[in-house]
Amino acid sequence: MNTELFGVISIFIITIVLAIPLGKYIAKVYLGDKTLLDPIFNPIEKLIFKISGINSTEEMNWKQHLKALLSINMVWFFLCFFILLFQGSLFLNPDNNPSMSPDLAFNTAISFMVNCNLQHYSGESGVSYLSQMFLMFLQFVSAGVGLAAAAMVFTAMKERTTDKLGNFYNYFIKSCTRILLPLSAIVATILVFSGSPMTFEGKDAITTLQGDNVEVSRGPAAAFIAIKHIGTNGGGFFGANSAHPLENPTYLTNAVELWAQLIVPFAMIFALGFYLKKRKFSYVIFGVMTVGFLLLVIPTVMSEINGNPAIERMGITQATGAMEGKEVRLGPAISGFWSIATTVISTGSVNSMHDSSMPVSGAMELLAMMVNAFYGGCGVGILNFYVFIILAVFISGLMVGRTPEFLGKKIEAREVKIAAFIAILHPLLILSGTALASYFAANDTAMGFWFSGNATGWLNNPGNHGFSEMLYEYTSSAANNGSGFEGLGDNNPFWNITTGIVLLLSRFIPIIGPLAIAGLLANKKYIPESAGTLKTDTSIFGVMVFAVIAIIAALSFFPALALGPLAEYFTLK
Amino acid sequence: MKNIFSIVKFTLLTVVLFAVIYPLAIYGIAQFAPNQGKGETISVNGKVVGYQKIGQKFDKPNYFWGRPSAVDYNAAGSGGSNKGPSNADYLAVVQKRIDTFLIVHPYLIKSEIPADMVTASASGLDPNISPQGALVQVKRVAKERKLAEDKVKALVESKINTPKVMGTAMVNVLELNVALDELSKKGS
Repeated sequence: MNTELFGVISIFIITIVLAIPLGKYIAKVYLGDKTLLDPIFNPIEKLIFKISGINSTEEMNWKQHLKALLSINMVWFFLCFFILLFQGSLFLNPDNNPSMSPDLAFNTAISFMVNCNLQHYSGESGVSYLSQMFLMFLQFVSAGVGLAAAAMVFTAMKERTTDKLGNFYNYFIKSCTRILLPLSAIVATILVFSGSPMTFEGKDAITTLQGDNVEVSRGPAAAFIAIKHIGTNGGGFFGANSAHPLENPTYLTNAVELWAQLIVPFAMIFALGFYLKKRKFSYVIFGVMTVGFLLLVIPTVMSEINGNPAIERMGITQATGAMEGKEVRLGPAISGFWSIATTVISTGSVNSMHDSSMPVSGAMELLAMMVNAFYGGCGVGILNFYVFIILAVFISGLMVGRTPEFLGKKIEAREVKIAAFIAILHPLLILSGTALASYFAANDTAMGFWFSGNATGWLNNPGNHGFSEMLYEYTSSAANNGSGFEGLGDNNPFWNITTGIVLLLSRFIPIIGPLAIAGLLANKKYIPESAGTLKTDTSIFGVMVFAVIAIIAALSFFPALALGPLAEYFTLK
Repeated sequence: MKNIFSIVKFTLLTVVLFAVIYPLAIYGIAQFAPNQGKGETISVNGKVVGYQKIGQKFDKPNYFWGRPSAVDYNAAGSGGSNKGPSNADYLAVVQKRIDTFLIVHPYLIKSEIPADMVTASASGLDPNISPQGALVQVKRVAKERKLAEDKVKALVESKINTPKVMGTAMVNVLELNVALDELSKKGS
């Protein structure tokens, strides 16, 4: 067990150490400074912009940013939707997998467009290689959109009284080519040499050692797995995601994939500090997030190592921890750590089955997504945190009786209203979705078109755990996370459509909000710092932000958590 | 409208960059990887008997067994049981697996059975078991194969992969069974 704990701690520390230089590099990319990859990508980008007739140098205000962001997403959605709908008869389909039903194509296209990757299909049988490649395209660009939005907010924080906030297409393409693409290429190379497949051949039929005939799924997986983590997407190439031995063959690849999903969100926080030349401010943010992260990780890893008390009572040995839904090569310690890493960040890839996690771990995974602001996904993590900063500045301002100011700009009613709306939207979507599904399940309603059979049929587990399955699905959708309590029968119109709507709202409104706040603030008059200014780069302010997050995010979910994982914990004890 | 047309062109060009050039580059790199990125296989007498990373079903008494699988080791798919820790039906299944394991290995006491041998893996294709999971099967396999118990035990111990710095201790079931077949051949 010591070698496992050592693995967890060293991966975490290595990632933090490497995130600082990467953050410096990212700041340079967005500032437009010269970087190493310019000679390769500058000409390519110029060519792309020239052919498509897009001006990538014209300065945009926040509304123009938003318009460009939303239109490009719309184009991606329709393209993806139609590819999935007709994949069965298109090329690159060696396994002859069928086309998707309209509701599943709707859910899948949205889910990959919004960086969530909730998958209501299994990779081996649900998509063709063509679809896999297009979904991989969305994994790049959806992460790029998040980063571009964050870059605009960075610019707005830096500038004094302006509405010129850079160019969306410029930030977007640079995020993709200078950050996501090179990192993915490194990770993919490590993966192919560690045994992940990268082939366009279909399933292989073999006869096993004891004489059974079996088919083995393969595919162009390594390229996909790399960007799925670097872009904090999380959608698996295979059904079992990163628990699949070809998707995550060794302890080393597991470490690399963990590193890959943590590195960009970590680096973005440091990038903010370098960009604004306020490094202390970024350390405060990173500190708050890390405290939150550790509070979630430690109980999870401990309860997975201790194992299932109900199995303990059967008299066998759980020296290797809770093993249901886990892989021997990974073990419970790193699986527990991963389950929190993947939920605080909006990755949602799994290397163990969360549905079989211990109740405490399940509660922590849920809470990580409910807070949704510790590290967070590519770009959007920092946007979510930005909302909490605005609220914390406002509340602290009221407490000391001064007009709240943030980075030299007055925060007034309009900004606070937007921030409060964003903060409330998240629990609203999760809890009303769960209430709807639970209502049907409690009455065992016949669902007609929406689900074949009665509503309890979509549950894989009874009682409190069944409630957790439904809660988890909406939480994962609203956090744009994509992991699941996968026992839930979710490939049907009810779940495909309701979660699809939650996905859309919870992706774009939390992008629109911070963009609007940042845009409005950037336009205001700059007030130089004085003795009366609330300092935002102190640990006191850090405590304040943490308190706001704990009160708003965590407490609104306490009743739901009590009905699900907490109740299960006490029945199991 | 002109605007949308530009965005469509921009999208198609970025598709070429990220969904064609990037995967082809990785595909090119994969040609230098083990088995050209098609997955590493294990052969016996020139015949492929399995993928090194993909677990396969062993239920004959003269082989070491792997972990329970929710997909019955059908590698055309993958997945776990997704059973919650408090699910009564699930706990009954685990209890039944323990009872069966004790019947097949009558020499064991309950507390020697490791959890990984009676719980389903996450992928349903777990190629490994814990060292303890292999050691508890030694007596049965040796008896079935009419081999000396200490020889089989030595074989298992030679196949245990112990982590030096970080990781978990494990045994690859397919590799162990291939080596076991070889040992039987030599022994007879």
